[in-house]
Amino acid sequence: MADPAGKPKVAFYWCASCGGCEEAVVDLAEDILKVVDAVDIAFWPVALDFKRADVEALEDGALAACFINGAIRTSEQEEMAHLLRRKSGVLVAFGSCAHLGGIPGLANLFDREAILDRVYRTAPTVDNDDGTRPQVRAETPEGRLTLPEFSDTVRTLDQTVEVDYYLPGCPPPVGLIVDAVTAILEGRLPPRGSVLAPDVALCSECPRKTTKPERLLLKELRRPHEVLMDPETCLLAQGLLCLGPATRGGCGAPCVSANMPCTGCLGPTSRVRDYGAKALSALASVVDSNDEAEIAAVMAQVADPVGTFYRYSLPASLLRRRARRHAPAGGGVSS
Amino acid sequence: MREPEISPDGAVRVGVYICHCGTNIAGTIDVRAVTEYAATLPHVVVARDYKYMCSDPGQTLIQQDIRDHHLTRIIVASCSPLLHEHTFRAATAGGGLNPYHFQMVNIREHASWVHEDRQAATEKAKDLVRAAVFRVYFHEPLERREVPINPDVLVVGGGIAGIHAALTLAGARKHVYLVEREPSIGGHMAKFDKTFPTLDCAACILTPKMTAVRTNPHITLWTYSEVVGVEGYVGNFKVTVKRKPRYVIEDLCVGCAECIEACVYKAARFPDEFNLGLGKRKPIYLPFPQAVPLVAVIDPETCIEFKSGKCKKTCVEVCGERNAIDFTQEEHTETIEVGTIILATGFQVFDAKRIPYYGYGVYPNVYTALEVERLVNASGPTSGEVVLRDGRTPKSVAIVHCVGSRDENTNRYCSRVCCMYSLKLAHLIKEHTDAEVYNFYIDMRTPGKGFEEFYNRVAEEGTQLIRGKVADVYPEPGDGGRLIVQAEDTLLGKVRKIPVDMVVLAVGLEPQADAQDVRRMFNITCSTEGFFLERHPKLAPVNTFTDGIFLAGACQGPKDIPDTVAQAGSAAAEALALIDAGTVELEPNTAYVVEEACSGCKTCVPLCPYSAISFMEATQKAQINEVLCKGCGVCVAACPSGSIRQHLFQDEEIFEEIKGVLAHA
Repeated sequence: MADPAGKPKVAFYWCASCGGCEEAVVDLAEDILKVVDAVDIAFWPVALDFKRADVEALEDGALAACFINGAIRTSEQEEMAHLLRRKSGVLVAFGSCAHLGGIPGLANLFDREAILDRVYRTAPTVDNDDGTRPQVRAETPEGRLTLPEFSDTVRTLDQTVEVDYYLPGCPPPVGLIVDAVTAILEGRLPPRGSVLAPDVALCSECPRKTTKPERLLLKELRRPHEVLMDPETCLLAQGLLCLGPATRGGCGAPCVSANMPCTGCLGPTSRVRDYGAKALSALASVVDSNDEAEIAAVMAQVADPVGTFYRYSLPASLLRRRARRHAPAGGGVSS
Repeated sequence: MREPEISPDGAVRVGVYICHCGTNIAGTIDVRAVTEYAATLPHVVVARDYKYMCSDPGQTLIQQDIRDHHLTRIIVASCSPLLHEHTFRAATAGGGLNPYHFQMVNIREHASWVHEDRQAATEKAKDLVRAAVFRVYFHEPLERREVPINPDVLVVGGGIAGIHAALTLAGARKHVYLVEREPSIGGHMAKFDKTFPTLDCAACILTPKMTAVRTNPHITLWTYSEVVGVEGYVGNFKVTVKRKPRYVIEDLCVGCAECIEACVYKAARFPDEFNLGLGKRKPIYLPFPQAVPLVAVIDPETCIEFKSGKCKKTCVEVCGERNAIDFTQEEHTETIEVGTIILATGFQVFDAKRIPYYGYGVYPNVYTALEVERLVNASGPTSGEVVLRDGRTPKSVAIVHCVGSRDENTNRYCSRVCCMYSLKLAHLIKEHTDAEVYNFYIDMRTPGKGFEEFYNRVAEEGTQLIRGKVADVYPEPGDGGRLIVQAEDTLLGKVRKIPVDMVVLAVGLEPQADAQDVRRMFNITCSTEGFFLERHPKLAPVNTFTDGIFLAGACQGPKDIPDTVAQAGSAAAEALALIDAGTVELEPNTAYVVEEACSGCKTCVPLCPYSAISFMEATQKAQINEVLCKGCGVCVAACPSGSIRQHLFQDEEIFEEIKGVLAHA
């Protein structure tokens, strides 16, 4: 697996993601030099000019480790996931999208047809009288053009290929990346399938922990722009929907330190199967009312419940996607 | 995932038993097919069907198989766990396994009794059995806990039910706290004149019992008091009681009534609650002559001292050195610890104004039956004279049965006592006034000891019995002041319009207005009509779904005095059985915090209905007291990081069960 110089080969790849995870790698700052020193980067389309053919040319398992970020949304991403899986010893789902589906996973509230219709026809900025749509293949005088197929459902990386480890976060916190890379290089890895982050919720490391009252029940939920926030008191105690109690720690609570509630990007602990359902169950439990109408009014203060509780994890949830009323039109990936 | 307990040879070995329950199950479900299917499921070593699994041979079959086939898990698919879970857990334990390595499947109430399609019911039974097989794999061995029972008892409600229960318990020398909301015990029965069918004087049979309550050293009587909080569990309840100020010191007042005589109001001018507003009282009053405790009460709403602070306080003056009047008294609470609780909170009568066409509250000569009880009573507002509000003696009276009972628009149920008390009132009115009495009934229901005989007697006395539901009550034209009662006489097939001087509405019995609050406080359930629900209508009629809390009297459903007293005795006996056992075994399905996983977010702390969760400052984590935990699962569902688990309801067990029930073959 090592190259002639004896350095292990690693690869980075991105699928349906925003690029933030690539930034996070760069955010290693001077630590990245240690990484570059220790490994031979064999594939990193964002930064280095290797092509797919270079990966195909590698022997199976030649990559010591491969970090894939982004969810799986197109046929190209799926192919690359399979290819990199075959070439890699350790495959790491890097960041919320690869781990749980992430923000792109919220597209599972719609289907391919609705998305294409919106993007190529009904969005107010679209000028497309011919109704042109991207095609998987098109014959032109110059020859045949092809594009990857856009699937009906967004999937997590482990719904596509077998994944060895997960680095959670949007993007993964630098500290966790360093720990993970070090662990891989030193061969000190936890059991396969582990999430490489503490298995305790964020409250345990929250700087505001001691300010949370012992008996906190809520009659009102408020959004950050509606409150003049106290910079030291527990945000839930201020009526803000902070998802820290439901979310894996390990990030050091930078959002909470910056006066913003946790939105849950590191996902659930290992003991929870459905992040959104659990967070919702916890919130519903602390609503301070026995009156149905009042409870409904409190819960109605959650703007966009799916986008709040499943912001990063809809494809990984028990629901996975909104139910389809009809079979996907031809060739879509069904879930 | 946790590793299951395994047999000595290293495997989980499941035995599945499908019960025919005679034809209860086998009549609708192909028991043979379910058994054959069960045999194909993973880890199932033995699958059998048997006519009655709960019988001795059925249980022996399980135990023999445990020995012969080295079974480690037992599943019985039969009736409701409510009935036989205990039986089969014991049989499993008798075979040498931990009793919690057993899982019950209800294919009777959940399948055979509710379906007619044999094929579909059989498939459903297979699904349910498969869910149990998937689940039971993950069962862990559990131990029951034993906790002591506090011998003191709380009885809530001082009507005849509460009185009888309290006296029975006190007779066994158990200490009873009897808490009554009104200033006196006695309840509805104290308002009645005579009781059916024997025509005993209600007061004559009730007041000796009331006095017995007052003098019994084993009873602490708190009237004008309400339970406002209940914590804990069977054997160890902690109850908070609010004691309202009566502004008269109970220990000093002797009930001489001189203060009432001396009150600056020379005449009584405020509606008297005990007589339903038919009589008047002063701001300081005794609820009724035989009240227990016989202690005066001051109504701050009408007392001048409370309203202006400028009263001459002649009451204080006349009380003199006794000094029993205390205007500074304040509401306070007491906390008591008891092991068992009997709820005897009674009923309220149907509000007749809800049926406008009967004219109650509109026509002064329309009365409720309870008002007429007071009119015929010698200690009532008219000293037993049945007279109308204008002082006339009625010459004709209509008694309308089923007001607020057996009626789609109000209550569908039969209130059980109205036919009999209507016949009683017919008899008493006739006796007092010699009036012509017409009873309008839908069906005459007299199914008790001596009831039919009483009905015959009243009929022979000349009471007019008209079978027909009254459709309307309206004034007779002219100024005779009479009312016309209109009904279709279904025996004659004719509409009858009968002019009468007085209409008596036989109002039904309803749950108390605050029954839902009481239900929540005591963590019990209500039936659809709102009466407290017994654990089983036949086999546990005075138990509730909360261990240690029992029901007596009309809070559980309409009933007459004999049934109420019988039920109160039964509730007392159930409480005594627990007390005399000394300890009680608690189910081991408790919740626990996985300490290393807890983030200390405190979400769970305020949720526990049993105050079993505390936040440990030293570790900054939550902790559950397993003795206090009742296994309700609220904290398990709420824990945002999945760090609270529950024995017998582990995530693996529940998810596997769901998977099993949904994994259609």
